[in-house]
Amino acid sequence: MFDLGGLGDPAFLAVQCLNGLTQAMFLFLIASGLTLIFGVLGVLNFAHGSLYMLGAYLSYTITSLFVGSPAAFWISLVLASAGVAVVGALVEATFLRPVYRREELEQLLVTYALVLIISDAVKFIWGPDNRSVSRPAILAGSVDIGGRDFPTYNLLVLALGPLVALLLWLVLSRTQFGRLIRAAANDREMVGVVGVDVSRLFTGVFALGAWLGGLGGGLAAPVGAIYPGMDVEVIAESFIVVVVGGMGSLTGTLLGALIIGQLNSFGILFFPRFALVFVYVLMVVVLVTRPWGLLGKPLAR
Amino acid sequence: MRGYPPALRILLATVLVLVPLAFPHFYLLLATEILIMGLFAVAFNLLLGYTGMVSFGHAAFYGLGAYACGLLLKKAGAPFAVAFLAAPVLAAAAALIFGLLCIRLTRIYFSMLTLAFSQIVWAVAHKWYSLTGGDNGLVAIPVPDALAGPRAFYLFTLACTGLAVGALWRLVNAPFGRTLLAIRENAERAEFVGVHVKRMQLLAFVISGGVSGLAGALFALFSRGAFPDYAFWTKSAEVLLMTLLGGPFVFLGPALGAGILIVLNSVVTSFTEYWPVVLGVILLALIYVFPGGVMRLFRSRATPAAADDVAMASTIEARR
Repeated sequence: MFDLGGLGDPAFLAVQCLNGLTQAMFLFLIASGLTLIFGVLGVLNFAHGSLYMLGAYLSYTITSLFVGSPAAFWISLVLASAGVAVVGALVEATFLRPVYRREELEQLLVTYALVLIISDAVKFIWGPDNRSVSRPAILAGSVDIGGRDFPTYNLLVLALGPLVALLLWLVLSRTQFGRLIRAAANDREMVGVVGVDVSRLFTGVFALGAWLGGLGGGLAAPVGAIYPGMDVEVIAESFIVVVVGGMGSLTGTLLGALIIGQLNSFGILFFPRFALVFVYVLMVVVLVTRPWGLLGKPLAR
Repeated sequence: MRGYPPALRILLATVLVLVPLAFPHFYLLLATEILIMGLFAVAFNLLLGYTGMVSFGHAAFYGLGAYACGLLLKKAGAPFAVAFLAAPVLAAAAALIFGLLCIRLTRIYFSMLTLAFSQIVWAVAHKWYSLTGGDNGLVAIPVPDALAGPRAFYLFTLACTGLAVGALWRLVNAPFGRTLLAIRENAERAEFVGVHVKRMQLLAFVISGGVSGLAGALFALFSRGAFPDYAFWTKSAEVLLMTLLGGPFVFLGPALGAGILIVLNSVVTSFTEYWPVVLGVILLALIYVFPGGVMRLFRSRATPAAADDVAMASTIEARR
């Protein structure tokens, strides 16, 4: 059961660490949207995994439209994530807007109803079979790291993750939209009182969160299979990241993703079967010792 | 929410016992499933409706009950009575351990911790192939010949759920139940009138978990198998849904919700495979059509403050 022969090999450790980092970037993309929506709208969006799945399926359809073109993958990445953002905006304006003043459980129920509806819509449109997207030609191979192979595609993920994090940070700290988002996360009533159209702001935030989820889905499409059911699996993982990092905190989400990525990557070496158990145990430990997460703030409402 | 009239109770009991004589097998299986899920939902509601705690992880206890009963019967060759009774006991023991940590938290953090625990149970069941059969599940659980027929198993399920639901009914109408309501309405005030809030919450958690384990064991016997899905978070969502649909503020509301969902599922799936989308649309309709919200649908007319006072008064009364 133990395959620890590679532990003395620095190249092996490096590749393992990079694998963990790659996974962390995926997790960050998905979970950052979830935490943004929770932080500003106060809604725990169970349908976030469904938006991720939608991103993956859209990217499958778009790449098949441009088959043969070297740009197919890049076009699909842009269009699929934009498509999911539009879906997100529509969903927020139609279904969530009427229930902000209701009890939290009802908001949760709305997002759960969306999980059910989107999962069936995906099955209806794309069928129950697994789908896959091939990697773009220039990223199809692998690079040599001290004699070990590392997929070139993962380098793109490793670059894109921090890029998106930086972009988010710039949007939040340097733009008017970002200032409003931070203000609304702090006190949404006050933001409304000073004359900001809170409805539009919420739609914008939800669309941004959905875009992040869709981008994660589009980026993950060439890595694993695309299948119905990926939605409920990924939402459970994103919850771990968000809870560990701190609900509503973007830097916390990044930290949470980095920790979970490494834990998965190295946990699988020691206990190939039970790496998944470890991450949930970590979630328990964090909740018990610091319920608001590593970098979050206690809820005071 | 006061008692049901005796005549109604006798009528209900007679109908339930006569069901297997009158209906073909298909409906008998459906009725058995409703009884089991109804029991699960009523147990879950001891926390949600009575104590005001939203568990996202009740599938853990349901799944543990199913696996405990199944493993003891199949792998350990334990006598039926031992395996069957061990399930709720083990589920209650797990609820005690999980509960000790969970009740320290409130609101979303409580929910998240219950979710984390149940996902641990799911992950272990999902990955421990040598014991649980992994994602193939634990299949071909042996059931005693006396319970093998659908008619016999229905009556067995009816007896078990009847006893368990009856016990829960006694419990919620005892001072303990009044105390839970007081905690739900205002935990701080309950603490002031001398209720040991955390201890009561833990007790409710353990009882709720144990009865959920019983429901899980019944379902494992019913389906002759235990599967990781029984402990997955979607199962917790299912029982939450049944409870909210039927009404968390009426004792048997959650069981009604279970009945509605299972019958609806059976009808819809005979026409189309797209049951989830139908369920999703029904859910949305419920939420938007009832402006007071699903949660308030069955609630007494009293204002929250008045309900608070009533609950406190009866708690103080009961504690004398």
